[in-house]
Amino acid sequence: MRTEVKDWQPSAIQLERESFRRRQAARSTAVAAASTLLVLGVVGGLVVSSPGWERVHETYFDAGKAVDAFPAVLAGLWVNVKIMVISAIAIVMLSLTIAVMRTTRGPIAFPLRLLGTVYVDVFRGLPLLLVIFLLGFGGPALDLSGLPRSALFWGCASLVLSYSAYVAEVFRAGIESVHQSQRLAGRALGLTYAQTLRHVVLPQAWRRVLPALMNDLVSLQKDSGLIAVLGTVIDAIRAAQIETAKDFNYTPYVVAGFLFICLTVPMARLTDWYARKQGFHGAGSLM
Amino acid sequence: MSDTDDRGTGSPHGDVKVLEMSGVRKAFGPNVVLNGVDFTVSRGECVVLIGASGSGKSTLLRCANLLETVDDGVITFEGDDITDPRVNGDEVRARMGLVFQAYNLFPHLTVLGNVTLALRKVHGVEATEAEQRGLAMLDRVGLAEKARSRPDDLSGGQQQRVAIARALVTGPRLMLLDEVTSALDPELVGEVLDLLSDLKGEGVTMVLNTHEMGFAREVADTVCFLHDGVIHESGTPAQVIGDPQQERTRAFLSRIRA
Repeated sequence: MRTEVKDWQPSAIQLERESFRRRQAARSTAVAAASTLLVLGVVGGLVVSSPGWERVHETYFDAGKAVDAFPAVLAGLWVNVKIMVISAIAIVMLSLTIAVMRTTRGPIAFPLRLLGTVYVDVFRGLPLLLVIFLLGFGGPALDLSGLPRSALFWGCASLVLSYSAYVAEVFRAGIESVHQSQRLAGRALGLTYAQTLRHVVLPQAWRRVLPALMNDLVSLQKDSGLIAVLGTVIDAIRAAQIETAKDFNYTPYVVAGFLFICLTVPMARLTDWYARKQGFHGAGSLM
Repeated sequence: MSDTDDRGTGSPHGDVKVLEMSGVRKAFGPNVVLNGVDFTVSRGECVVLIGASGSGKSTLLRCANLLETVDDGVITFEGDDITDPRVNGDEVRARMGLVFQAYNLFPHLTVLGNVTLALRKVHGVEATEAEQRGLAMLDRVGLAEKARSRPDDLSGGQQQRVAIARALVTGPRLMLLDEVTSALDPELVGEVLDLLSDLKGEGVTMVLNTHEMGFAREVADTVCFLHDGVIHESGTPAQVIGDPQQERTRAFLSRIRA
């Protein structure tokens, strides 16, 4: 007969251990809270007591100005969200293609591998801001038929080209982390190379790299603001710039920063949650 | 799809040759693993390959399955020369079942998903019918209630039975089983060997590598001893295991039993 769980009563020694752990936990919380308050107090005090604080306060933290600028900056943020979503979809498609090209084996696929490698090397090496300048101003000037000339399009294209180089490497690592025996098992069933990739390798690779990809998405959310340098796309940063230019009060930038944080924090928490969930399931379990 | 019906109708040692190897050679760099292997598997026959680790047993199965390309020699499967480079390897593999030592189940799919993948994607069986056939096959290996589980939630013996079901469900003309009990805890070996004995009873044509001599004696129609890349001795289990003629075979068997 197995003992039912409800019959179990913790022993005196166990009760003593638990009360010790509770005291210990309460003490740790108190220490952490006190030290956090102390640090914040000291830093805050230093800033506020600095000679230029009054000036900074009215230029960067003007409540009235913040309220005035808020609607325009928020409307701009919506543009950032749209840029982010559209770019993210394009990035996944392009980077997956490049990752597959780079992991294809055999001498026949050499040109594909070379092309993929050159692409990754070039776009990982170029600073994103430079790509945005080059394509954002140079792209429309090419006057290619069939392609829009808008700065929004070419700005998004810059993000996609630059990010795909990074994300392709993440996908490649995921593809290569799937054990060779999985490919063998797929081929042994009669699946073709492409079917094995599609039904066996990529689903497993995708699950493993998703936390890393979500991290890149948080990063993309912020970098979507770089398109502001092109001047004609009124995103949150460009909107803040316009508001600022009215009276040289920088508060709209702080408003934009605050809104970006509001956008990225939930994303970051979601990433953490997902990574933990993956960890419990054990990503590479079979081998 | 007539595949399930005509499998296993022939009596052991029937005249229909399923697999024939002649002069098969395979080297990995300077390491010659197979050095002119000749052997034949008839319909309904169970051939057991024995030999030391590294003697080429697994390589032989992978060559038969075209997962490895032979360096020389001819392999004939159901009358076709499958070593011809013009042959579509995927099509050949679709008619054989290969089971691995480490099961190699797909962890992202359910047990049923593993069993039905080839039916759906290779054999073009419609989803609902594939599901029915998959469930029937899982029932056959005693794991119908695990259909919706993930492979990782199963014991090693159960995983290996799923792997056998996955290979068997498409009705292969030949089953290749590569050390299918070597990764299992001793108490789980029995359930897999029992399943293989049943398959043998149903007349499934199979080639298997094993270190389980007792099992080899029980199910094999033919035992082949592989050494130095060639088949040194072959015959009935009573001959090869019971009364080996070759010095090498005796040495190997005494090491195994020691």
